[in-house]
Amino acid sequence: MDNLRQKAKELLESKTVNLVIGYENGTNGKARAVFITDPEKTGKLIYDERCKQNLAVYLNKHEVKHYGKIAIVAPLMVMRSILVLVSECQVKKENIVALGIGEDGSLLDFPSLEVVEKYVAKIPLGNPQSDQEILDKLNAMTMEQRRAFWQNELERCFKCYACRAACPMCYCLRCTVECNQPQWISAPAHPLGNLEWHMLRTMHLTGRCVSCGDCGRACPLNIPIHLLTMQQAEEAFHMFGVRAGTSMKAESALSTYKPDDKENFIL
Amino acid sequence: MTPEKKIIDRVALDKLYESLKAAGNKMFAPVFRNEQTDFEYNPNASEISYNHIQTTQSVKNTVFPKIENLFRFESSQKGVDLLNIDFTKVPRVVVWNAHPCDAAAFSALDSVFNWDFKDEIYNSRREKLAVIGMSCIKADENCFCTSVDLNPGSVKGSDILLTPLANGTYLAEILTEQGKAIADANASLFTASNGENKEEVLAKVEKQFDHSKVTENLANGFENPFWHEFSLRCIGCGACAYVCPICTCFDIQDESKAGNGRRLRCWDSCGFGLFTLHTSGHNPREIQSQRWRQRVMHKFSYQPDRNEFIGCVGCGRCSRACPVDMNILEQLVALEKLEVAK
Repeated sequence: MDNLRQKAKELLESKTVNLVIGYENGTNGKARAVFITDPEKTGKLIYDERCKQNLAVYLNKHEVKHYGKIAIVAPLMVMRSILVLVSECQVKKENIVALGIGEDGSLLDFPSLEVVEKYVAKIPLGNPQSDQEILDKLNAMTMEQRRAFWQNELERCFKCYACRAACPMCYCLRCTVECNQPQWISAPAHPLGNLEWHMLRTMHLTGRCVSCGDCGRACPLNIPIHLLTMQQAEEAFHMFGVRAGTSMKAESALSTYKPDDKENFIL
Repeated sequence: MTPEKKIIDRVALDKLYESLKAAGNKMFAPVFRNEQTDFEYNPNASEISYNHIQTTQSVKNTVFPKIENLFRFESSQKGVDLLNIDFTKVPRVVVWNAHPCDAAAFSALDSVFNWDFKDEIYNSRREKLAVIGMSCIKADENCFCTSVDLNPGSVKGSDILLTPLANGTYLAEILTEQGKAIADANASLFTASNGENKEEVLAKVEKQFDHSKVTENLANGFENPFWHEFSLRCIGCGACAYVCPICTCFDIQDESKAGNGRRLRCWDSCGFGLFTLHTSGHNPREIQSQRWRQRVMHKFSYQPDRNEFIGCVGCGRCSRACPVDMNILEQLVALEKLEVAK
């Protein structure tokens, strides 16, 4: 933690960056995001097992971009999200300094995002084990059972869009659910509207989700919606060999045509 | 009417619930499910939670549901026919086991939906609503009812307020004609009270800030850098507004197929970027700090000024629901101390 604070302080003092995004102690024992511009305030930075929010969600925020060069505390999910955002031309790689956090919580030295790519390449990627176990159970169900499971979960949704707001990859200025000329999907939070919304979001994140689980964590109604995008992440990997957030030059699984793409899923 | 006090024991309480349900009321009561406690319609008496501190959602759903059918429409070659929905047929609802913060919130909703335009749809639901409140004997660090003129045993908004006593029975304060009608129809379930004192069992909730000072500072703090600093973390979802017992913003949506369909009123939130986006493309609340400021200003400045109530009952739900720890109590305490130029 001292290394992290020291490094953040140096970056701000040398004006290499104008803003450091990290975690601090929040209220009632929670950890939360903190935005530091003053080198003397880097002592607020913490990193421990409570630091689960995917901070990359802030990189595309208008007010944050305004700061120009930004350093961001980056455990694996944040590193991968940065790579997705660079590959999709949402952030400029020269504007981001990743304060990498290793799996043991130590500070990693990343002089550039190319080094982040190399680091991520060495790590076996997939869904967190606890989530994959639930997915395995769902995948072992019949289609009717799975449909019943999701209908039961999704009918509670009241469309606060915390899932969308928490997701670094949900950066559209105008989300499809908000387009009404024509109305592509049903906006009200009735069972059909909810199902359409979550299916749409899942499809839009196929091959782009880094399985951070923040959509599920953000849901105030405890709907495990992260399982939908995590399942799609595995589908995209098996069908197209794509893992999101491994390269700054990655091509999107669903919007890139290749002559040797599998076609066996076409009914 | 003059409030009456009676005693009801735990077994009789379940019987009262079943009796109200059997009388044709839709019961809205808290149940622990999906790792949280939340209100549901018509659970079994045995499923109802009596030991939670706070439910995830408020009880506003009973009078301001997340989706409300306003009317139907049918189009033909002759034009469009509007088909009214018969709101005299809305069911009688009993809110069961709502904490005093939730019960008190109804008066704010009444004020909003009858401020200028009298909302017939809201009022038809409200007229058929009874509230059986339950005093709080537990609170947590997110609760701050005593800072907004309420307390864990406030009678405001309840038709009957129950308070769990140390001996396992409940003190029943019968507060309104509607409450009296319920108690009279189930008179055999109640016994006489013997001067039991509810104050000694109520949760201790320390007053955390002076709301009139917050209101005063807000009047002079519109351009304060506070808003930017405190809201960079806000991700702009609607969780706080949707769990709030007083937030009433809504959006109108039409759903139609081949010209026939319905018009719906759906919850909306001032936290969303789309909320104030003009057709021209201009957005008067372009960035999140302006939207967060609007949320706080509305509750602690505009509503006290215009509607003469504070738009907050201190239930703490928004702080609990927020995925990024935008803690309202922390902000209000900071706003009370904010140094503003006058």
